[in-house]
Amino acid sequence: MAPEEIRSAIIDILGDIAPDEDLSTLDDAVAFRDQLELDSMDFLDIVMELRKRYRVQVPEEDYTALNSMASTVEYLTPKMVDVVAT
Amino acid sequence: MSGLAAGIRLAHYDQRVCILERHYTIGGLNSFYRMNGRDYDVGLHAVTNFTEKGAKKGPLARILRQLRFKWEDFSLAPQKGSRIVFPETEIRFDNDIELLRAEIAQAFPTQVDHFESLLQKIIDYDDLDQAAFQISGRQVLAETFTDPLLIEMLLCPLMWYGNAAEEDMVWGQFCIMFRSIFMEGFARPYKGVRLILKNLVKRFRGLGGELLLRKGVRKIHVDSGHAVAIELDNGEQIVGKRILSSAGNIETLRMCSDTSEPDPRGAGQLTFIESISVLDRQPESIGNSDTIVFYNDSDKFHWNRPKQDLCDVRTGVICSPNNYIYSDDDGTLSDGIVRITTIADFDRWNDLSEEEYRIEKHRWYDRSVASAVRFTPDFRNYVIDTDLFTPTTIQRFTWHDNGAVYGAPDKQLDGTTHVDNLFLCGTDQGYVGIIGAMMSGISMANLHCLRD
Repeated sequence: MAPEEIRSAIIDILGDIAPDEDLSTLDDAVAFRDQLELDSMDFLDIVMELRKRYRVQVPEEDYTALNSMASTVEYLTPKMVDVVAT
Repeated sequence: MSGLAAGIRLAHYDQRVCILERHYTIGGLNSFYRMNGRDYDVGLHAVTNFTEKGAKKGPLARILRQLRFKWEDFSLAPQKGSRIVFPETEIRFDNDIELLRAEIAQAFPTQVDHFESLLQKIIDYDDLDQAAFQISGRQVLAETFTDPLLIEMLLCPLMWYGNAAEEDMVWGQFCIMFRSIFMEGFARPYKGVRLILKNLVKRFRGLGGELLLRKGVRKIHVDSGHAVAIELDNGEQIVGKRILSSAGNIETLRMCSDTSEPDPRGAGQLTFIESISVLDRQPESIGNSDTIVFYNDSDKFHWNRPKQDLCDVRTGVICSPNNYIYSDDDGTLSDGIVRITTIADFDRWNDLSEEEYRIEKHRWYDRSVASAVRFTPDFRNYVIDTDLFTPTTIQRFTWHDNGAVYGAPDKQLDGTTHVDNLFLCGTDQGYVGIIGAMMSGISMANLHCLRD
């Protein structure tokens, strides 16, 4: 998957986890926590959905990489290079 | 209910989940039945922690997100308004804390600043601080207020809706209950608890989960601190990677093959009788528009197991499911209903013969209603049907020792046990009520079953 495809995959996941949030105005450089009402349970869900949908493992020590959209995409790009976009 | 919430989480993430229910129906304490052509709810007076559609904070929003439900799936209608009534003094409250604030200013003008200071302490309270959780709620309140009557009046609804211990309530539980009742509030689905349960079951089964009724667990086989299998009442054995038990703490330990009989003094003591009176008219037509009334007939609130008799009717809760603001599409409930709950003693009820039990049910229906109508318009002339459940009924449905509605006083907040793959969820893990049960199942599934 290319970075842009990864970004859209994350938007899909966020849309399922927090259906009431407006994701069209998401600023990639700003922390998710500062623009969306996400708690630690929601962050666990991002990790779990990545595993369920794309078989990507994010170990607990790497959770901080999922801070913002930009950092998430950067972190996932090498891990998801072989994943085929659906 | 905690099991179903946990099951949905795990099945959603592709785990194979099997839920075993001893009873022929689901829900445990939060259940329902049909009798004489009428639907009855058990347990549910109100769903607490109500927040409006679109709210992003609070336990309700969190549960909906975690279980991927829409707000409409629970169809919660907010309360009309409730009261705390003591002799000479009453405090009204609804789902907007401003009413409570105004009522306290009127009834307790000298306590206004103290009440603000209490609110600040509750906001500052950190759920994860185990030491702060355990301190005495009465002690914090005594340091905050100078009028003991207000302390008793605030404790009354909070203890009634979720305090497993007698007399005092730990500060953590006080804060959780205060937020859920006074800062968020009461609501109810028009169709009662069955709507929530049915949606949970539908979702769980839709995700491939297996729900087996009339399958009681007799034993958990433990080998070197690890659960290897469970044994059902019919002798069948089931193996699994992990076990979540909502049976209660000592009730679960008792099933483990490696433990001797746990100390029964750890079990909860608080249990209730609840009468349901069906009226030939809406409660509002006789002047009762209260959603819930918490009453106590002296200035000191009594929260103890009865010492003299089968019940203690000095305090109680009156609830009318008619008095919620239902949508125009739903309209009003067809039957007028008044439910009255009062404290009872499990042992005394359990020791009755069948004949005595029938007589005592009638006697305590009359007594508890007579006590309650001192605080609500007398409805006794309009009753067309009644039912009453007792501590032994609760014990049969929940399997909790002593029919303890809120479980054991000592909660196991992290859900762990001496067995490395056996965890607790539900009442004895720490959260009570309908929202609490679901939150417990979700948290324990997240913490113990989804991280590897």
